[in-house]
Amino acid sequence: MRKGQSWFNTTSVALGFAFLYAPIIILVMYSFNDSKLVTVWGGFSTRWYFELLQDQAMLDAAWITLRLAFVSATVATLLGTLAAITLVRFGRFLGRSVFSGMIYAPLVMPDVITGLSLLLLFVALGVDRGFWTVTLAHVTLTMCFVAIVVQSRLVAFDRNLEEAALDLGCPPFKTFLVITLPLILPGVIAGWMLAFTLSLDDLVIASFTTGPGATTLPMKIFSQVKFGVTPEINAISTILIAIVATGVLIASLVGKRREVERQKAERLALRGG
Amino acid sequence: MAATDTVSPPAKRSGMRWLVVAIPFAWLLIFFLIPFFNVFKISLSTRARALPPYKPVFDLSEGLSGLWSQIQQLSPATYLQLVSDSKYWQAYLSSLQIALISTVLILVVAYPIAYGMARTRAEWRGALVMLVILPFWTSFLIRVYAWIGILGNEGLLNGFLLWTGVIDRPLTILTTNWAVYIGIVYSYLPFMILPLYATLEKMDDTLLEAAADLGCPPIQAFWKITFPLSLPGVIAGCFLVFIPITGEFVIPELLGGSGTMMIGKTLWYEFFNNRNWPLASAVAVVLLLILVVPIVLFQNVLQANEAKK
Repeated sequence: MRKGQSWFNTTSVALGFAFLYAPIIILVMYSFNDSKLVTVWGGFSTRWYFELLQDQAMLDAAWITLRLAFVSATVATLLGTLAAITLVRFGRFLGRSVFSGMIYAPLVMPDVITGLSLLLLFVALGVDRGFWTVTLAHVTLTMCFVAIVVQSRLVAFDRNLEEAALDLGCPPFKTFLVITLPLILPGVIAGWMLAFTLSLDDLVIASFTTGPGATTLPMKIFSQVKFGVTPEINAISTILIAIVATGVLIASLVGKRREVERQKAERLALRGG
Repeated sequence: MAATDTVSPPAKRSGMRWLVVAIPFAWLLIFFLIPFFNVFKISLSTRARALPPYKPVFDLSEGLSGLWSQIQQLSPATYLQLVSDSKYWQAYLSSLQIALISTVLILVVAYPIAYGMARTRAEWRGALVMLVILPFWTSFLIRVYAWIGILGNEGLLNGFLLWTGVIDRPLTILTTNWAVYIGIVYSYLPFMILPLYATLEKMDDTLLEAAADLGCPPIQAFWKITFPLSLPGVIAGCFLVFIPITGEFVIPELLGGSGTMMIGKTLWYEFFNNRNWPLASAVAVVLLLILVVPIVLFQNVLQANEAKK
């Protein structure tokens, strides 16, 4: 690589990351600002975090949102993994193109359309709206993201290991549990986390499909943001960012470690065999 | 890949195998595909002061003849309204325009970043990818919200520009389309960087060396070799951002002003503020019809990229 080019590369990467991170860093910084005004630095303070702890409505919304994200991510991971297996392993079957269409379309479908159509479905079915309708909506959206993540893992996977187990008389379901699942587990975990954060984050679909008593954190934040920027919102944002960042970092470190161990084990197995 | 294609003998297949397909298939059919037909049906209804606020509701209690009279109540009135009232088709046009301009802007901003990432030393690349993914995992709403504090009249950007003396009066950025573009480029950037990086990283460097050896200047080599080879990533990234931006609601609502017209906002207002469910449904149906072509193309691109693997 030429010198001039690498100078250009370094600058573009540095500027790009500055753009990506500056707003987040500013947001976090101002959550520790003693002044109520966002532009005036009134000294370091944690008072907004304490005020947050007193805000029962905000805490209730946070608790609902966490439960919602946990339940919907878990169901979405189960369904999404099944969908990924279908996409990779079942070859051609009747309705396959409809199926893969239904997996890919939600990835890009505007939220307002998904939200409205699910709400109208719930109304048509006469279901009481609330926690469970939002959960169903989130499962539908996030299972497709899980399917894509798990699919990429399944494609990269050595099919012979499964064939060997089946040839040796291991029943298919046990083969799945003992051979397939451990190998695709990093993809499944990554899919769960993606589903969890997508659910944690969603404003539009939740606003459409929710009912009385199920106000989620993004809905709460959204209604407050419309009245202006407050340090309390900065504080809750900082906490959310910290949770997600820690989770993602731990998952990637664990994933990397597992990957290294797996490669080591494979090398040993090959040498031994 | 050959192993994937071998089908295991039928004897090995479990009787429960079909359930693996049936469960997710049925779920998506019920909660994704069928609701669209319901939206279409409601878009043909008329507004009513009732719960739910539209009629007919297809009440089966009146028997088949009742059902037939209810079907006759369906009318394309909402669609005529979409065509005759200029505010609706202008919102569609301005959404498409904003989506198109932002897609180009995102591509221009993302390309050098992805290119630079693909050219850094291999041991750093994983960490850089991680750093691109991280903000994309933190809340979308919060990342948009962060810009309100920066772009406002009393925001940090104006404060900084006033302090340096570049301007003597605050610039109005928030509540204009400028703020919407900044918010969109910022929020959707990772969706473009990642597919671009994925294709650029796989590129064979020796091609560029060969071009240089044969006396091709670097810029020409870029347009003749690097860019054409990165096209799958460019196309995937463009679809990945263009389609959702067209229906975007949060960014124009929080960063744009009353002059920013986007169809996602129109749909939201018709539904929540005017409680006109049939009209909101018609807005959704037409938006879906506009997006069907890019969505199908996007699926073909994804499947083609998948097949290449």
